[in-house]
Amino acid sequence: MYNFDFVKPSTVEEAVAALQDDEAQPLSGGQTLIPSMKQRLNAPGTLVSLLGIEALKGISVSDGVMTIGGTTTHATVAAQADAYPALAYLAGQIGDPAVRNRGTIGGSLANNDPAACYPAAALASGATIVTNTREIAADDFFQGMFTTDLEEGEIITAVKFPIPEAANYQKFEQPASRFALTAVFVAKYADGVRVAITGASEEGVFRWAEAEDALSNSFSAEALSALAVPANDMITDLHGTAEYRAHLCKVLTGRAVSAIS
Amino acid sequence: MPKDGIGASTKRREDIRFLTGKGRYTDDINLHGQAYVHFLRADVAHATLNGIETQDAASMPGVLRVFTATDFDGVGGLPCGWQITDRKGQPMQEPKHPIMAEGKIRHVGEIVAAVVAETLDQARDAAEAIVLDYDELPAVIDMKAAVQEDAPRVHDDLTSNLCYDWGFVEENKAAVDEAFLAADHVTTLELVNNRLVANPMEPRVAIGDYAAHDDSSTLYTTSQNPHVIRLLMGAFVLGIPEHKLRVVAPDVGGGFGTKIFHYAEEAFCTFAAKQLKRPVKWTSTRSEAFMSDAHGRDHVTKIQLALDAENNFTALRTDTYANMGAYLSTFAPSVPTWLHGTLMAGNYRTPLIYVNVKAVFTNTVPVDAYRGAGRPEATFQLERVIDKAARELGVDPAELRRQNFIRKDQFPYATPVAVEYDTGDYEATLNKALELSDYAGFANRHAESQARGKLRGIGLAHYIEACGIAPSNLVGQLGARAGLYESATVRVNATGGIVVMTGSHSHGQGHETSFPQVIAQMIGIEPDQVEIVHGDTANTPMGMGTYGSRSIAVGGSAMVRATEKIISKAKKIAAHILEASDADIELKDGKFSVAGTDKSLNWGDVTLAAYVPHNYPLTDLEPGLEETAFYDPSNFTYPSGCYICEVEIDPDTGKVTIERFTAADDFGNVINPMIVEGQVQGGVAQGIGQALLENCTYDSEGQLLSASYMDYAMPRASDVPMITVDHSCQTPCTHNPLGVKGCGEAGAIGSPPAVINAVLDAMHRAGKPVAHIDMPVTPAKVWAAMNA
Ligand SMILES: Cc1cc2nc3c(=O)[nH]c(=O)nc-3n(C[C@H](O)[C@H](O)[C@H](O)COP(=O)(O)OP(=O)(O)OC[C@H]3O[C@@H](n4cnc5c(N)ncnc54)[C@H](O)[C@@H]3O)c2cc1C
Repeated sequence: MYNFDFVKPSTVEEAVAALQDDEAQPLSGGQTLIPSMKQRLNAPGTLVSLLGIEALKGISVSDGVMTIGGTTTHATVAAQADAYPALAYLAGQIGDPAVRNRGTIGGSLANNDPAACYPAAALASGATIVTNTREIAADDFFQGMFTTDLEEGEIITAVKFPIPEAANYQKFEQPASRFALTAVFVAKYADGVRVAITGASEEGVFRWAEAEDALSNSFSAEALSALAVPANDMITDLHGTAEYRAHLCKVLTGRAVSAIS
Repeated sequence: MPKDGIGASTKRREDIRFLTGKGRYTDDINLHGQAYVHFLRADVAHATLNGIETQDAASMPGVLRVFTATDFDGVGGLPCGWQITDRKGQPMQEPKHPIMAEGKIRHVGEIVAAVVAETLDQARDAAEAIVLDYDELPAVIDMKAAVQEDAPRVHDDLTSNLCYDWGFVEENKAAVDEAFLAADHVTTLELVNNRLVANPMEPRVAIGDYAAHDDSSTLYTTSQNPHVIRLLMGAFVLGIPEHKLRVVAPDVGGGFGTKIFHYAEEAFCTFAAKQLKRPVKWTSTRSEAFMSDAHGRDHVTKIQLALDAENNFTALRTDTYANMGAYLSTFAPSVPTWLHGTLMAGNYRTPLIYVNVKAVFTNTVPVDAYRGAGRPEATFQLERVIDKAARELGVDPAELRRQNFIRKDQFPYATPVAVEYDTGDYEATLNKALELSDYAGFANRHAESQARGKLRGIGLAHYIEACGIAPSNLVGQLGARAGLYESATVRVNATGGIVVMTGSHSHGQGHETSFPQVIAQMIGIEPDQVEIVHGDTANTPMGMGTYGSRSIAVGGSAMVRATEKIISKAKKIAAHILEASDADIELKDGKFSVAGTDKSLNWGDVTLAAYVPHNYPLTDLEPGLEETAFYDPSNFTYPSGCYICEVEIDPDTGKVTIERFTAADDFGNVINPMIVEGQVQGGVAQGIGQALLENCTYDSEGQLLSASYMDYAMPRASDVPMITVDHSCQTPCTHNPLGVKGCGEAGAIGSPPAVINAVLDAMHRAGKPVAHIDMPVTPAKVWAAMNA
């Protein structure tokens, strides 16, 4: 780790001001950023901790929308997101207790690891990512592996999840890291079904449009039988081939649907 | 009788300090004035090193000195402790193993420079300012490609990348080939024994210290055998005589073989401390461990089994390529040869065996012993080929084994691969395992799994291992450059308490608990009267350390011999005081009594007399009560057992889960059953890791792809089922005083073939017969095999 300065403002405005510095970077749970700093792969001049900002913490529900503050930990979501059980379940599947007690939803979405869990929930729920300057639809937010629509110095303050009628998350773990080798989030709304898949694609989290159409017509695992995710854009690595991941997309989607229906 | 003598499942006394954070590991040691070293390691696998620019680094804040290969005048290379003689009677090719890359980089992770600075961060900062001038060369990674004529050379001064081509037993080769021609059935199998990284919880640490007042050096290190390190480093690398060199290996957090070896970092810290007159400390990061701890396994094998018309094994032949990595680690050459070839008879009467091993240099981290060392590789191929033969012949794999077992009445049994098994009863462990695993009830469980849409399979494996390493004269003939005895000094204090200074080393095995149980039993005192001291060459007799399941069999035997001397002397003292003949003195429950009388003395009365010799036979007997024994075993010990694994496979994802696991072992006599059970469970967990999860992978350029826990999958609690462990089948060792065989590696040896046999059985039963899948059988591989 290289030396760095550390500030811990108590308001979003102060944090945004501190982030004007080119060398500054927001720090949330630190579960991604700190390991990369320890390996000297990342060297911010100033870490701006968001954890002193009360307004970024906590979960609230109104009008069928769950709003989760940007620095809410995975453990808090797992324990308190009762109104959206599939989301609470997903949070409880992330990493281990230490990671869940530190890691946050804002950090996870800003990082947009291609094997992370939250991006699947956000995309499948048609969530809105709220920042200090604007609101971004999940469909516009994720822009490929480790890439998002966030500008330099922009902070995720909250995420708004429209609560579906029913939803389910199926995570197939990569044997070493226990991130998602492939994972599928299926959310069923009055106006249709959304299916988002993480871990599988070279392009990061994506929606499986054919499955959404088929399931919106007939919500059953059988509705998927004629469908297949093409393997071309899938990841091949030590833990599985593109074909295997494409296959898992379908298996896990089917399981999510069966679990709901 | 002591309540916690031999056979008691006493709780481990050392766990109190380990579990409450009071262990004292090497990294807990911080010396006054200590400096820190950061090693700059190669990030390419193979390159000509033209030059290293260190000037900028040397002038950075806090830097004491920057070292490169040219700074080691008069320093030798890291020695190899075992020389193999090849099929033609020639010694193996043995390249120099320098402390730092000399002229060439030969693997990712090799040290190219070292920066010693006041703080670790300063050392790391300065290392970034070092500029390497090198020309990359094509890397040699695949073993079969490495031995081709035109392959790039890992070592330019060797004639090829072949370290040796070993045949065993060479004289049997023709007879074996003939037996294959005459066979009614031949089963052939090609397989890989996957490369592993040991990953002890505690990474390696070394601290060098130099005392100017007496010109002596001390090395604190994470070692399984501090005396071996003292000898190798002192005599061969740094030229420091043993009386000026002390090696301390305090609490060590797991070794699994990888902490046997003498490493460059140890020699460097000791050397640099003397140069700089400052203690120098190195603590490995986990990332460094992946690319600098010796790796394990990595064999590519073709095995063939010949059978006659009655399904008797008539001959066995194997061809193995064994990866040495870029340099020969301390005991690397012995692993695929003497620790592997001699085990190819397994539990069977196969009369003719020929083993060929080609050891190959590649641009990878050196490979050496890892839990089981050679024996898991032998067991895996043998137990896999037998299962394949059973499948081909349509016979029950358990019964094919039973038919070919060495029978109980055939011991001692000389195998065609040079070893003589003293005792064993293989049918007993087979029957025990079949019973405990409810083999007969498998069909019901299979039907139940099937009803849930899952595949279910059952697999078994037998194993034999050679432990209690080793008779020194024998291993000397086989090329070992060391003796393999063990030592113990038993010091009885005036008031009766005992300190045992053992050359064995505990790094998780629980010696501090089980060794006192033996002495308690022999004398009739409670084990808490006995303290075990190990790990410091300054206060333990020269001993060879702990590996090869040798601690209780060899180190324990030395302790027994020393304690026998103590008892014999104590009886003489008692006889004098009781005015009797020493032949009439009996020691029982800590009391010396004269046979047939009510005259007696307590243990403490006699020990006090030894140090306050007022009423004492001073003309015949020296005062004091302290004895040392060195024990050199007359044979290996041969633990054996039967492991049965039952798996379920999810056909949609290919994920294998282990539903049941049964281990029936014969360890001879058992000192502490709870510790033995723990050793088996840990070994099985590592075997499951090898079978299902772990894989050390290089790409064709020699980059380590599985260089962190993000990609190297360790077994976790949820991967390991409840394991049924039984060691009630006991055929005690006939040649050591405790009748013990050793249990440290069994779990890791017997479990991989049991798991793989179960996986393939499940697929077979589901109408998806596959001859073999290489380890680890990941979900992706199983799925691909089922959908091929
Ligand atoms: C052992 C381990 C296992 C894990 N397993 C999983 C898993 O199974 N599934 C999974 O999804 N994840 C997993 N993770 C990742 C974990 O969920 C992280 O917590 C998460 O990815 C990052 O969140 P954080 O709060 O720790 O962010 P940090 O590490 O603090 O920051 C990550 C990045 O986001 C930026 N950032 C942080 N907060 C904000 C914000 N509010 N606005 C804008 N930018 C911000 C930072 O500048 C940084 O670039 C694992 C991590 C570890 C260490």
